[in-house]
Amino acid sequence: MRNRFSFQRFWSIVKKEFFQIIRDPVSIKVPIVIPIVWIVLFGYSVQNNVDHIALAVFDQSKTQESRELVSLFSNSGSFTVAKDVASISELSDLLDAGKVRSGIVIPPNFQKALQSGEAAKVKFLVDGTDPTIAGTALNSASLVWKDYIADITGQRMNLLGIGESSGFNSLVLATDIKYNPTMENSVFSIPGLIALIVQNITIMLSAFTLVREREKGTIEQLMVTPVKASELIFGKLIPYIVIGYIGFLFSLIICILLFGVHISGSFPLFLGLCFLFVLCTLSIGILISTIAKTQVQAMNYTSLILLPSVLLSGFIFPREAMPVVIDTLSYLIPLTYFIEITRGIMVKGVGIEFLITQVTVLCIFTLAMLSIACMRFKKTLD
Amino acid sequence: MEYAIEVEGLSKHFGSYAAVDNISFSVPKNKIFGFLGPNGSGKSTTIRMLCGVLLPTAGNLRVLGKDVKTNTDFVRQNLGYMSQKFSLYEDLSVEKNLDFYAGIYGLNKSAREVRKRELLSMAKLEGREKQIAGHLSGGWKQRLALGCAMIHRPQLMILDEPTAGVDPISRREFWGIIRELADQGTSFLITTHYMDEAERCDLIGFIYNGKIIGDVVSPIHLLEQERAKGIEDVFVRYVDRMNKEESSPGIGGYNA
Ligand SMILES: Nc1ncnc2c1ncn2[C@@H]1O[C@H](COP(=O)(O)OP(=O)(O)OP(=O)(O)O)[C@@H](O)[C@H]1O
Ligand SMILES: [Mg+2]
Repeated sequence: MRNRFSFQRFWSIVKKEFFQIIRDPVSIKVPIVIPIVWIVLFGYSVQNNVDHIALAVFDQSKTQESRELVSLFSNSGSFTVAKDVASISELSDLLDAGKVRSGIVIPPNFQKALQSGEAAKVKFLVDGTDPTIAGTALNSASLVWKDYIADITGQRMNLLGIGESSGFNSLVLATDIKYNPTMENSVFSIPGLIALIVQNITIMLSAFTLVREREKGTIEQLMVTPVKASELIFGKLIPYIVIGYIGFLFSLIICILLFGVHISGSFPLFLGLCFLFVLCTLSIGILISTIAKTQVQAMNYTSLILLPSVLLSGFIFPREAMPVVIDTLSYLIPLTYFIEITRGIMVKGVGIEFLITQVTVLCIFTLAMLSIACMRFKKTLD
Repeated sequence: MEYAIEVEGLSKHFGSYAAVDNISFSVPKNKIFGFLGPNGSGKSTTIRMLCGVLLPTAGNLRVLGKDVKTNTDFVRQNLGYMSQKFSLYEDLSVEKNLDFYAGIYGLNKSAREVRKRELLSMAKLEGREKQIAGHLSGGWKQRLALGCAMIHRPQLMILDEPTAGVDPISRREFWGIIRELADQGTSFLITTHYMDEAERCDLIGFIYNGKIIGDVVSPIHLLEQERAKGIEDVFVRYVDRMNKEESSPGIGGYNA
């Protein structure tokens, strides 16, 4: 005869685990310290990169018109004119040295081109080392240019009437990406950042919970008691749900206060789905805990999960740009779905009906991992 | 006779190494059984199999008359175990440790309070309820571990080197408690490296290199049988004899 799930035993585990957590200085600090560190590191670096990209100017025209174009670049807020240079080689030296991130080369016949339609090329150079900066630079430059052309065309049309072709459509600026380059980048990354923080807090805390008992030897004492694997695992889960959720709320509040992000969609829905995600990542952590034999192993497994999830979930690199094989792998990472959920609710303001797939997948992940953890945890030391 | 422990053809292999090698012995109820043997002889491995913490490679195990494999729940409810390593929660207080095991063993609130007071007084831990277990000294820790292991009033207690590293006074106190419990009807299996403790047992058995040497007998009986002055002499004699037996075929061949 097998004994049934006992609420009393389950609750004893919950209480014990809770008392241990509040006595453990590390567990208490994690949900506060991790959000601060990550938000400062990621949030601010993303924001600072968006504006004030250093720009070198090689103005060979030196006319009213060329100065006007340069001032449009600096007035856009995305660029800061760092230096006026006298040659192409000086400009490329600056780019090589990383002293500027972008450069603009205005040809000597710029004024003539505007006035008489003579062919001329304004070159925009960008340092591609950091794709985020490069992307922002290209987007901002193309936006500035479009404004400029529209402005000039408007003036022209006033002067010459409609239908007159213009001769200044030759700026080397290949990209024409459709989103608003100024703020979009940070607004887009904050929801992902919150998701990532929640994942890291929960996995890091829960991955060690059973391993620690194994290393301390307390697991041996537990094994001779009537406690069941499911009571132990669910009992350990509860306090970490609380800690993980506090960490989530804390990072949300910081992001709202510092970056002024707001949730376009339903706030209760957002809170509810975050709860689901906390549960999901905790079950990953608990599963790691049943597999690892030592805390070092648990640490290794944790980084084995965290690193790919940062890279593949679409947090840093857009999944659209990934090769098919890699993109397929990203479907195995719960964070991928949750980032879609947070971006969906926070940025686009969509409702649950657009997130059914993601929610279903997260539920399946959670149930599967908890069941595997319960089955894997045998009450023997073999 | 009713037996607390019956072991039959028990083996445990770690890879190709036989830590416990086909041992058989029985221990009657209501006795303190001293399970003796040098380091690495297989005492803890045998004990872990008795508690169901390790699965035997071969053999049968009966605890309080019930097969360990098929009556896990019965065994868990009626067996108390103190592992060789101190294995309570060192970051929790004395009281929280007792509360935890009381809850795990299903004691209700009123029973828990009564039992806790009993155990605290038995372990002479009254007044230290709020102290963190990790901060207790060796003797106190062992008595707390004993208290936690018997919170559910087990019929059989298995204690793996409970007095290792404990001072003589505390050891005497500890044995006082055990003798009292035994008189009240609890059966014990205790391992120890202290020969004065071995002499306090009702019955003793030797294990060496995973094999049982001799029978389970009373210390007095053993001394008469072996014509030895103390358990220690018997112990040394057993080990010598086993070492000779093991190496004799080789040496014999060499001599001939
Ligand atoms: N999990 C394991 N894996 C491999 N070998 C093991 C394992 N556990 C024990 N052993 C080996 O089995 C042998 C018996 O170990 P055991 O712990 O049972 O000895 P013991 O009699 O309790 O010794 P001590 O008096 O030092 O506690 C030792 O050689 C030990 O190294
Ligand atoms: Mg041992």
